[in-house]
Amino acid sequence: MAAKTVLNYLPRRSFVHDLTGTTKLAFFLLFTFAGMLTYDTRVLLGLLGVSLLAFRASRIRVKEIRFMLVFMLVFLLMNNFFVFLFNPNQGTEIYGTRHVLLHLPGRFAVTAEEVFYLFNITLKYFIALPVAILFISATDPSEFAASLSGIGVSYRVGYSVAIALRYIPDIQRDYHSISQAQQARGVELGKKEPLLTRLKNAAGILLPLILSSLARIDVISNAMELRGFGKDKTRTWYRRRPFEKNDYLVLALGAALLAGSIVITFHDGNRFYNPFI
Amino acid sequence: MKKNSIKTVVAVGIGAALFFVLGRFVNIPSGIPNTNISVQYAILGMLATMYGPVAGALIGFIGHTLIDLSWGGAPWWSWVLASTAVGAAVGFMGRKLPISEGVFGKKEIIAFAVINVIANVIAWLVIAPVLDIAIYAEPAAKVFAQGAMAAVANSITAVVIGALLCAAYSKTIAGKGTLDAE
Amino acid sequence: MTTPIISFKDFSFQYRAQKRPTLQEINLAIMPGERILIAGPSGSGKSTLGSCINGLIPFSFPGEVKGELTVDGVDAPRAGIFELSAHVGTVLQDPDGQFIGLTVGEDIAFALENACTPQDEMKEIVARTAKLVEIEDRLESAPHELSGGQKQRVSLAGVMVDQVKVLLFDEPLANLDPAAGKQAIELIDEIQRKTGTTVIIIEHRLEDVLWRSVDRIVLMSEGRIAADMRPDELLSTDLLKAHGIREPLYLTALRYAGVDVTPALRPAQICTLALCEAQKEKVRAWFQAAAAGEKAAPQKPLLEVRHLSFGYAPDRPTLRDVSFSIGKGEMVAIVGRNGAGKSTLSKLICGFETPDDGTMCFDGEDMADMSIRERASRIGYVLQNPNQMISKTMIYDEVALGIRRRGYTEEQIREKVEQTLRICGLYPFRNWPISALSFGQKKRVTIASVLVMGPQMIILDEPTAGQDFQHYTEIMEFLRELNAQGVTVVMITHDMHLMLEYTPRALVFSEGEMIADRSAAQVLCDGILVRRAALKETSLFALAKSCGVDAPEAFVERFIDADREVRTHGG
Repeated sequence: MAAKTVLNYLPRRSFVHDLTGTTKLAFFLLFTFAGMLTYDTRVLLGLLGVSLLAFRASRIRVKEIRFMLVFMLVFLLMNNFFVFLFNPNQGTEIYGTRHVLLHLPGRFAVTAEEVFYLFNITLKYFIALPVAILFISATDPSEFAASLSGIGVSYRVGYSVAIALRYIPDIQRDYHSISQAQQARGVELGKKEPLLTRLKNAAGILLPLILSSLARIDVISNAMELRGFGKDKTRTWYRRRPFEKNDYLVLALGAALLAGSIVITFHDGNRFYNPFI
Repeated sequence: MKKNSIKTVVAVGIGAALFFVLGRFVNIPSGIPNTNISVQYAILGMLATMYGPVAGALIGFIGHTLIDLSWGGAPWWSWVLASTAVGAAVGFMGRKLPISEGVFGKKEIIAFAVINVIANVIAWLVIAPVLDIAIYAEPAAKVFAQGAMAAVANSITAVVIGALLCAAYSKTIAGKGTLDAE
Repeated sequence: MTTPIISFKDFSFQYRAQKRPTLQEINLAIMPGERILIAGPSGSGKSTLGSCINGLIPFSFPGEVKGELTVDGVDAPRAGIFELSAHVGTVLQDPDGQFIGLTVGEDIAFALENACTPQDEMKEIVARTAKLVEIEDRLESAPHELSGGQKQRVSLAGVMVDQVKVLLFDEPLANLDPAAGKQAIELIDEIQRKTGTTVIIIEHRLEDVLWRSVDRIVLMSEGRIAADMRPDELLSTDLLKAHGIREPLYLTALRYAGVDVTPALRPAQICTLALCEAQKEKVRAWFQAAAAGEKAAPQKPLLEVRHLSFGYAPDRPTLRDVSFSIGKGEMVAIVGRNGAGKSTLSKLICGFETPDDGTMCFDGEDMADMSIRERASRIGYVLQNPNQMISKTMIYDEVALGIRRRGYTEEQIREKVEQTLRICGLYPFRNWPISALSFGQKKRVTIASVLVMGPQMIILDEPTAGQDFQHYTEIMEFLRELNAQGVTVVMITHDMHLMLEYTPRALVFSEGEMIADRSAAQVLCDGILVRRAALKETSLFALAKSCGVDAPEAFVERFIDADREVRTHGG
């Protein structure tokens, strides 16, 4: 798996792609926080609209990200199921009323409140999805480190992220050859083995991986030092792009969304929009 | 001093890459249906002990964020922060363990185990569920049940695999100290 | 008289963890614009010498420094790595470790970014430097899309953006195939001519470096300078042999033929070699004196591969319709450039991947339904890097691992393990921690750990990569002994010496197809095969031609036989 496909980067020309990485990262964070803070259905629907519009502007087609989409939908479905299983009355507890839609044995009656609550929870996860996919698929991984430094993160930390992205494919390849060699010697991680053996076998595979990774850390840090990494308090970036008008506009939009979402959500002192009273 | 900071930058990058690869592509069934052993927490425990709380926290944070992003969604921040906390806590409590000097005997193994259990319990039984409730208003019963499972599974992984790795690594260091020219 | 750019005076260095100094009383002066080859076996201190020049010693590898070292006017042991990096550019041995950027452009720019160079200027310097090393059309490529040689070019560009006065190459040929190695040496030569930089190459593969001329060779041995001479002089002595460095093959051949090698022959390069007619006649006479060695009778097939095809992606086959058969007791080389499908082939044989088409039989038995473990008990697979195979800390446990799950008693396991350790010459170390072993010994442990499962065949991936002449000989002689005991040995390799000296037969792969199944001597004398397999024509071929030998392949065979004779009976 290549560095660019670790996070499924899909290069092309579009409004979203042309924004700098810094803008996309900042907008992604502002948007996610807005979505995290609110539980107000109106705000969530508004954010969903923005999210879908942004997705259209990126010219990324749904079929290119189908895998991610399906994975997240299955995950959301499972999560809803567990939420319901553990507490079918969470909706009632939040909204304070109880309208039973479907009688089921035990405490598992389906209420309108629970359905509405599950709808909100799904919405809350779902609105972040297009923006997240956009951030991943429309940002060149090469711009990640520069982007982090752009939002004020220390360039050293930014560079750690770059190194992670750079060496993920190498480590993955190492892992495969190590585990194949171990399999040939009868070291299995499958269900046939008792748990403790499985753990010990995992340690047997991880040991060569971690030892070679530690050696790699030495080589890379020497190579970086020989080329002057960490010499100054700042550094420049080959891949950073200058801010343009659209960048400022998108950042302003992100800030406005966050502020607006906070105001609308909390002006009545309650995070939830309650249609039941 | 400077040297160490470059090494830490690289260790965080490589550590996060390891965390990512193990968390994303390595599936070891735990015996409970649909749950896998998360071997990345063994590596996190080891690297946090070696490189300290800041590196540990960053490895957990970057590694977990990348995993969530690669599945194609917004990072599940509550759990990302829990991984961050594991790295920070193990790094902070374990910073005096002399693995890198080649010492990892019974005493150190016990300390390592206790530290990792404490860190995982704090992270998965406190931080993750509390944040889940605060951010997503999920039912307490659900998030604490999930948290308890994660705490147990990750503690076992970190203690068994992590300690085996640390012991083996410290032996390779011990071998080097007495080298004569070949 | 100009002042030296690098000057060691009574310089000694001792690593903190070692009992004895690695470098002792080094006195060496290198003039600006000189090209120096530092040669020596592993552990001779040649890499340590390089690390002193770029400052990794004493700043990254701590230890005790005595004496003086000046590099471009800088007091090196006290200056710091950052300061020295403006004067000395280092290209490290491991191209993946040095390639830090996500793309070629970023990696070349790395040092400029750290120096806070403005972006416009940076782009211009990157473009210019990329052009110099001929990688300008790959600026957007990721490291895994590049070959080893291309990665090395990027590393070189990455240090050249700094306008350094000294370029230091630490074993630049270790990770390259012979063709890429040849190009690397040509590039270094060209850049040196264009820029007038001082070039220092640390390498033990003398013949390959001497593809282009160097001014001096510094021969290191046990931490001291054993010789510091012009190549023509050094090659006329027997110092190389005495210090475990392989001399160029054409010189060995000349010596076998009874030709006295003197500086007047200009022996440093095959293209400058000036033999007189009498000497050429001696070579021809030597060639004709021996009868052709008898060919071994064909053996019963052990592994039969028929019409094998495989692709990771449906539209791009990695292997296409490959058929061959390997007989019992053979020793075979599989050669070809990276990506030709060699590793994929071994993965298919071991069952790590499943073929799309074709059949494989082992000892007459169809392999289609054999599990990975069943195959492993017949065919052992040894990875290139022993550190990727070793998962235990003690030798005994490591070797025992493969037979633990077979239902033997502890006593039977011990017996089998000890027997294997004896075969591998590791019995005296059976209770040692693996970390105390040398690289070559670790390699033996990994071979032991597959042999213990009782395979009839072992496949080794690059068994000699990164090893000096002595370790190479040790490992290969060990494999030959195993072979003599009946184990069939298959090696995936780029090592031309290995092919010439140890494997009578070579399978050549190119772009997923097997394009030849010949003797190693034939392969290395065939220009087209050599090019498609990323090899290099052997210098013996050139020698044969220049001496007017009409059958160069037979000449190479003659050399191999003579060489084997000398090795087995002492020279």
